[in-house]
Amino acid sequence: MYLIKEIKEIAPKIKKMVLEAPLLAKKHKAGQFVMVINTEKGERIPLTIADKDPEKGEITLIFQEVGKSTIEMGLRKPGEYIYDVVGPLGRPTHIINYGNVVCIGGGVGTAPLYPITKKMKETGNYIITILGARNKDLFILEKEMESVSDEFYQTTDDGTKGRHGLVTDELQALIDSGKKIDLVLAIGPAIMMKFVSLLTKKYNIPTMVSLNSIMVDGTGMCGACRVSVGGVTKFVCVDGPEFDGHQVNFDELLKRQAMYKDMEEIALKKFLEELKKKEPCGGCHA
Amino acid sequence: MPDKKWIPQPKRPRTPIPEQKPEERRRNFKEVALGYTAELAIQEAYRCLQCKNPLCVEGCPVGIDIPGFIRHIGEGRFEEAYYTLKKYNFLPAICGRVCPQESQCEKFCIMGKRFKPVAIGRLERFAADYFMESGKKEDFKIDPPSGKKVAIIGSGPAGLTCAGELAKKGHKVTIFEALHKPGGVLVYGIPEFRLPKRIVDIEVENLKKMGVEIKTSAIIGKLYTIDELLEEEGFDAVFIGTGAGLPYFMGIPGENLNGVYSANEFLTRVNLMRAYMFPEADTPVKIGEKVAVVGCGNTALDAARTALRLGAKETHIVYRRSKGEIPAREEEVQHAIEEGVQFNLLTNPIEIIGDENGWVKALKCIRTRCGEPDESGRRRPIPIEGSEFEFPVDTVIMAIGQGPNPLIQETQPDIEVKRWGIIKIDEEGRTSKKGVFAGGDIVTGGATVILAMGQGKKAAQAIDEYLKTGKWA
Repeated sequence: MYLIKEIKEIAPKIKKMVLEAPLLAKKHKAGQFVMVINTEKGERIPLTIADKDPEKGEITLIFQEVGKSTIEMGLRKPGEYIYDVVGPLGRPTHIINYGNVVCIGGGVGTAPLYPITKKMKETGNYIITILGARNKDLFILEKEMESVSDEFYQTTDDGTKGRHGLVTDELQALIDSGKKIDLVLAIGPAIMMKFVSLLTKKYNIPTMVSLNSIMVDGTGMCGACRVSVGGVTKFVCVDGPEFDGHQVNFDELLKRQAMYKDMEEIALKKFLEELKKKEPCGGCHA
Repeated sequence: MPDKKWIPQPKRPRTPIPEQKPEERRRNFKEVALGYTAELAIQEAYRCLQCKNPLCVEGCPVGIDIPGFIRHIGEGRFEEAYYTLKKYNFLPAICGRVCPQESQCEKFCIMGKRFKPVAIGRLERFAADYFMESGKKEDFKIDPPSGKKVAIIGSGPAGLTCAGELAKKGHKVTIFEALHKPGGVLVYGIPEFRLPKRIVDIEVENLKKMGVEIKTSAIIGKLYTIDELLEEEGFDAVFIGTGAGLPYFMGIPGENLNGVYSANEFLTRVNLMRAYMFPEADTPVKIGEKVAVVGCGNTALDAARTALRLGAKETHIVYRRSKGEIPAREEEVQHAIEEGVQFNLLTNPIEIIGDENGWVKALKCIRTRCGEPDESGRRRPIPIEGSEFEFPVDTVIMAIGQGPNPLIQETQPDIEVKRWGIIKIDEEGRTSKKGVFAGGDIVTGGATVILAMGQGKKAAQAIDEYLKTGKWA
């Protein structure tokens, strides 16, 4: 059982949750993730640790409310307990002084990107950050990311903040400006990572992506998270979550991510109906 | 106990065990075999000849005094039968259910030469269930505290047994389990209809009563390394019983299509995460109308029978060898056939074919014939050229075996491994690293519950010895 110290909405449908987890705060390394089980009947949800405070013994998780499990978790209150948290899982990011590193965060992918960027900065890299979102309200960790960046760019699909366009447009502009780029690190929706990787491949820029596939145990036991990397099947949970973006079969990943779409809808519908019964006000979450 | 005369009744037929009817059980998760009543158990016990040199004992990996406990049952001394079993076997209620008796104790039973062997497994289960249901408190004889601490990694059959044996010796035992519930394969792998979870829960509770601490969701290799356990956390010895949790795939095209599961994933979703209750439980599982399970071991049959229970219209086993090579227990094969699982032997998948959305639509197979025996002693399947055919299915479950999980070996390179990450041990269960022992599937690469228990027990003796003498040969 893990005590919820704080929970709040930091952008529409994106929640930040601070948990008391001293051991995880101590052991976690940038790039690793945890599996969170909200209730006794809950799923095991893979989430990245967005921040930690080993002194206070706290970890910060950031998640988007997309389905039954995450919406239910978003309704939890400080003082309540999360059923279980397992970790730290996956291989930590290989952080050395690469030189000029472009860190690209898409939507909630900025959460796992932040601790890695922070560490990259501490290791002496020159950090160029590009954050992308659909509109200006959907950015998270802007200040935090800016504070660890030497250059900081934003893009929005609707032009409400920064460049009107996609993160790849900003990246293209950087490349065109002749800036030397030693590494691109992209974390966000699979479709974003796919197009970032396609772009950097053209210019032969090494690219790391962090994959968010469906998982059950997260320890290498089930193989639900398998992904083709360079034509070889890898498990995201133990071989990843980071891989060479140029080698990942993103189309396969995108299909696999949608495997339970219909069942997720069933679960969500049922949950919202039950919630409505409990909250006759109309249910602010519907 | 006065030595009453034992008059065996060898000519009496082997006592059948009451079972749920196939047409009922194929759609529910309740236990298939219902167990002997006291009357039936006594009746079966008297089929035992009480051999002076019992061969059955030699066939038992943990050397249970089989004639002894059977005699107790025959004489109605059920509690004594239980304690006799417990002396050798820490988990009799589990072994009585899932041990492959037909290839162990019962294989050697002299009765089997002329009649049918004594139903040793069923009797073991009876004695254990009888004691559990009696509500009697178990009498744990525990030595005074030794002041030594042992870490057990993994709470499957090897770990539970090792923990129990060491706790009896007065050592302070902590089990580290990676999943959120203890029991390992007994909980995530073996389905409820073969091994009810409450049996595992009772055994785990017993261990706690003996003073064993169980830390769930604690992954060694991630949360702590073995070095940290030994150097910082104050453990004097470590036992690795992490099992064979890494699923193998065939490496054929189409294995990453939607609708292809490893048996591990499929069974974990259903057993551990209770996907059969979806959407009451949050974890879903996809069951198509036509399910193909590749492989024919116990895990394959568990997956096939689970698929039926979840509502699949047709479930097929696809196995590349012939009937004689089937690795699963005979009884399980029989049960599966009764429930309607269809067996496609001498058939090997060569490709999984998907539709335009990335979902499985067919399994492409080739027929095989038996060749010469291979290194496993089983006849090698040889593909028959030109016999390829497509088999329409919407779910494929790969149950072709599993290997050791690499998490520990990755962080502890000083523990020597053999091929495929299998940890190397000596006869006592010692690894190449001082103070670290191993047993179960992590050293065999995938065997049975009883073998894992046997190794857990053996290692416990060696650990006890090491803790007392400090000697590392």
